[in-house]
Amino acid sequence: MAIAIEKATDARLPLHYRFTRYLRSHFIPAIGILGLIYLFLPIAVVFAFSFNDRLPNGRGSVSWVGFSTDAWTNICVDPNICRAVGTSLQIGVLATLAGTLLGTMIAFALVRHRFRGRQSTNLTIFLPMATPEVVMGSSLLALFLNTRIPLGIVTVLIAHIMFTISFVVVTVKARLAVLDPRLEQAAMDLYADERQTFRYITLPLVAPGIAAAALLAFSLSFDDFIITYFNKGPSITTFPVYVWASAARGVPPQVNVIGSLMFFGALAVVLLAQLAGKVKRR
Amino acid sequence: MAIALTPGVPIAPGGEAPPERVKRKGKTAYFLLIPGMAWLVFFFVIPLGSLFLTSLERPLGSGPSAGYASALRWQNYTEALSKYDTEFLRSFWYAGLATILCLIISFPLAYFIAFRAGRWRNLLLVLIVAPFFCSFLIRTYAWKTILADDGFVTTVANSLHLLPDDRILATPLAVVFGLVYNFLPFMVLPLYASLERIDPRLIEAAADLYARPWIGLQRVTIPLAMPGIVAGTLLTFIPATGDFINSQLLGSPRTRMIGNVIQTQFARDALPTAAALSFSLMAVILVVVFTYIRRAGTEELL
Repeated sequence: MAIAIEKATDARLPLHYRFTRYLRSHFIPAIGILGLIYLFLPIAVVFAFSFNDRLPNGRGSVSWVGFSTDAWTNICVDPNICRAVGTSLQIGVLATLAGTLLGTMIAFALVRHRFRGRQSTNLTIFLPMATPEVVMGSSLLALFLNTRIPLGIVTVLIAHIMFTISFVVVTVKARLAVLDPRLEQAAMDLYADERQTFRYITLPLVAPGIAAAALLAFSLSFDDFIITYFNKGPSITTFPVYVWASAARGVPPQVNVIGSLMFFGALAVVLLAQLAGKVKRR
Repeated sequence: MAIALTPGVPIAPGGEAPPERVKRKGKTAYFLLIPGMAWLVFFFVIPLGSLFLTSLERPLGSGPSAGYASALRWQNYTEALSKYDTEFLRSFWYAGLATILCLIISFPLAYFIAFRAGRWRNLLLVLIVAPFFCSFLIRTYAWKTILADDGFVTTVANSLHLLPDDRILATPLAVVFGLVYNFLPFMVLPLYASLERIDPRLIEAAADLYARPWIGLQRVTIPLAMPGIVAGTLLTFIPATGDFINSQLLGSPRTRMIGNVIQTQFARDALPTAAALSFSLMAVILVVVFTYIRRAGTEELL
């Protein structure tokens, strides 16, 4: 209705009024599209430069050298790249499993139970998210140096589990908080015991939240550079550390291939999950 | 910061909230809490203490290789801060600027997704997050290509005489630009989450009561979106202050931020200096965060 009236009176409105209205209705979508272009520009570059040739001296280049599919057919030409990706995957999976488990348990305790020290628990969970990564990285390094714990994959894992916990707690807690408690009460009324209620009602309802938390934890862990860099020691190289180290002498195009694969892979996972959700709802 | 990630129930006037859950007492709570909390205490809280102790150590000889002994050398703080005050202030300046720019870009973007996108909403949200599946470092490195001196962007900007230094790379502009890019989703998502909860009828009501769109935005939309604005600005500002990747890859020695200093000091084994700087950064950020949360009146964020 409102639209029809607006259209009818439009021609009679003064010009400047029509102009501001045009601007208003097109300004926000325009910004939205510009914002998306801004977000995707580097991805386009990463994808394009995965087809970049190497410089004659074999190094990678920031500027365009020539078209080549070499990087796609020989991803592991430098075995260190693939080893680094492997290390990152390994750390990512282990940190995700541990972080999601620990974080989910805390989220359940926070939403479902009464206990002493809730305030300080909340603060301890909030603080890691309000701490810059340099501070977390350097403080853990200070601890490992002071206690003479050797740096390596274990210290990196410890760090990754630590910083994923808070994000898992927040994500799962949000899902738990909007869960209608009457569903569980209904199950209990129908003689389900506590374990059955948890297994057949609570867990399936919270599962999307836990899955989202696990995905978040994995991407945080896989992409982490700063904290890892402080606590890795000389013996291990994760993928971001490899990129950092190779940046000084020119990033090889294979890095862009892996970047593109990660991007398309993650996009496919998310879109499939959305699609599956839609099918299920029908 | 629960709102950061999950869009919740819409704030409907007179809407029915789910009944309050009865919270149980008992030992289960501690069983659930202790493993995770112990992890956080051992590897987050105690390290901060360790960092503090390190920041007060005194050198055993001249030069960092001689090692350090525990002491209460408070001069470490005054020495470190007076030596690196430029980098310290610069970090807050760059991060502040990047946060404001992020807010300016994200608000219309989030508004568009929340109110205008219709059935494209979920797809758009995925698209906002998607670029961030491609590694942080690779993306920043891609900006190096885009902003290169002989690149398209710099050439165009130069032909319009927009750049005082005739280049973008290695200037503060490039660093702030990188910070804005890298932390944008941390602003868009919480903003979206709180905008999405606003009942559009409230905004319409403002218009019906003769509020101009600008006034409606100021008096209705922005106050209701405040939790998202606070969460978003914090999630952007905090990591941006400590970041050293953007400054390293896109900047120059003249754009060094405190993160770069802390990292190089650690690498050089100048542990007390690095620890003192790191601890000061943490302290300043905490003060900023808590005053900000208090002033914005969104204490439920904790």
